[in-house]
Amino acid sequence: MSVARFWRKIPQRYNLIGTKCETCGRHFFPPRTFCPDCRRNGKIVDHKFAGKGTVVTYTIIHAANEQFEALTPYVLAIIQLDEGPRMTTQIVCRPDEVKIGMRVKSVFRRIATDGESGIIHYGTKFMPVE
Amino acid sequence: MRDVAVIGVGCTTFGEKWESSFRDLFVEAGAIALEDAQLSGEKIDAMYVGNMSAGRFIDQEHIGALIADYAGMATRHIPSTRVEAACASGGLAFRQAVIAVASGMEDIVVAAGVEKMTDVEPGASTDTLTGAADREWEGFVGATFPGLYAMIATDYMHRYPLTREQLAQVAVKNHYNGARNPIAQYQQEITLDTVLRSTMVAEPLRLFDCSPITDGAAAVIVAPLDRAREFTDTPIKVLASAQASDTIALHDRRDISTLDATVAAGKRAFKIARLSHKDIDMVEVHDCFTIAEICAIEDLGFCRKGEAGKFTADGETALGGKIPVNTSGGLKACGHPVGATGIKQVCEIVQQLRNDAGKRQIDGAKIGMTHNVGGTGATVAVHILGRV
Ligand SMILES: [Zn+2]
Repeated sequence: MSVARFWRKIPQRYNLIGTKCETCGRHFFPPRTFCPDCRRNGKIVDHKFAGKGTVVTYTIIHAANEQFEALTPYVLAIIQLDEGPRMTTQIVCRPDEVKIGMRVKSVFRRIATDGESGIIHYGTKFMPVE
Repeated sequence: MRDVAVIGVGCTTFGEKWESSFRDLFVEAGAIALEDAQLSGEKIDAMYVGNMSAGRFIDQEHIGALIADYAGMATRHIPSTRVEAACASGGLAFRQAVIAVASGMEDIVVAAGVEKMTDVEPGASTDTLTGAADREWEGFVGATFPGLYAMIATDYMHRYPLTREQLAQVAVKNHYNGARNPIAQYQQEITLDTVLRSTMVAEPLRLFDCSPITDGAAAVIVAPLDRAREFTDTPIKVLASAQASDTIALHDRRDISTLDATVAAGKRAFKIARLSHKDIDMVEVHDCFTIAEICAIEDLGFCRKGEAGKFTADGETALGGKIPVNTSGGLKACGHPVGATGIKQVCEIVQQLRNDAGKRQIDGAKIGMTHNVGGTGATVAVHILGRV
């Protein structure tokens, strides 16, 4: 990933800043700049998500893409944020800990190291709520 | 709109073809298809080529022109267009060719698909395939393509009665069929044990739940139905062509275990053809992973949601079953050169309908269906073909 491509999404990746449609109240994370329900009548504003959610489904990745090889095996999940939208994320826990319906909260973590440029990408992961 | 027929088909063998280049592959498939239609190249009016990622696999773009050139068409200046929709590129190329003929714009059109995947390291090909999903919000957080389908499997197995053995049976059945298909990448049958003891890739999916990395090309020739008998005694009519899209990311879907784009494209195709699932004699579905075949046969209506595991274990999708699925061996055993797969599915159904499918022939086959998926279900193409 190029530096610009990563830098552009820093607020979203670091701080879970998504968007919200003020017309219908629907929240978007990953952020959208166009509401599929209200279309041209939608009014999109930034929204900071609380960072709490529930595991919808998951897998344990054993064969990873290159930048993630050092992390294997790791837990990848789709979670539903309490505000409504779903997102794909890593869960910081042991592979045998993850369960459907498990409550999770956001944490700031290193996501990957880019082999070529050596740039370390940080971002949001989730961990079990005690 | 005019009726459209397939008048010729051709496939290379699928596999790790280190001796063949990208150009060699599509020239070979095209030559077989032309020979099959007893057609000379001067009759061709246009070409559509399905290709996912020559840019990353062989550092080559501008595939439409390249293919027309090496197929010997450069001096005739025919229109040649690349079509890209990840693993559904071939299905969409076929649909574009059908639309061109149906509209009356063109008469004799080639729809081809090609992918040369093994010139890069396996890690690089895996990463390239991740581009079929949402790079920004799936790939960048550590999702792999098998990982996304594994999350479909986890969701499915949590909600419906599907055992690990039933899931493995999909691969066993497809290898059985592949062993009866001369072009298939894998020519050997496997057992449940082969699947259940293979390397873990993304839980619960193991290596033998996954389609392989493959080189290969396929081509079909379409023409107006009323001209088809100039070229062949066994034209195969295109009864329906349908396409649908959905969210690029799996996490944004209405239901993780249902591919709504498959449901939509399937319904549209049946409506256009005025047929139901009961009329289909065999279907080629997009089994990039075993769980994908389970979802596909339900989403197309061949069995109810949650019942595909038992349906498969009972042999209903095998060669002698109620609805034979993936007689070619599917993506799993025949191989999955991503841009070529959708065209290869059409080739298989055409061979079945012409009674040319050898040891995997379905007796009395009259109507067949193809189902080609891009990504985790963001694009789906469904076609219904029939004897005339
Ligand atoms: Zn709205």
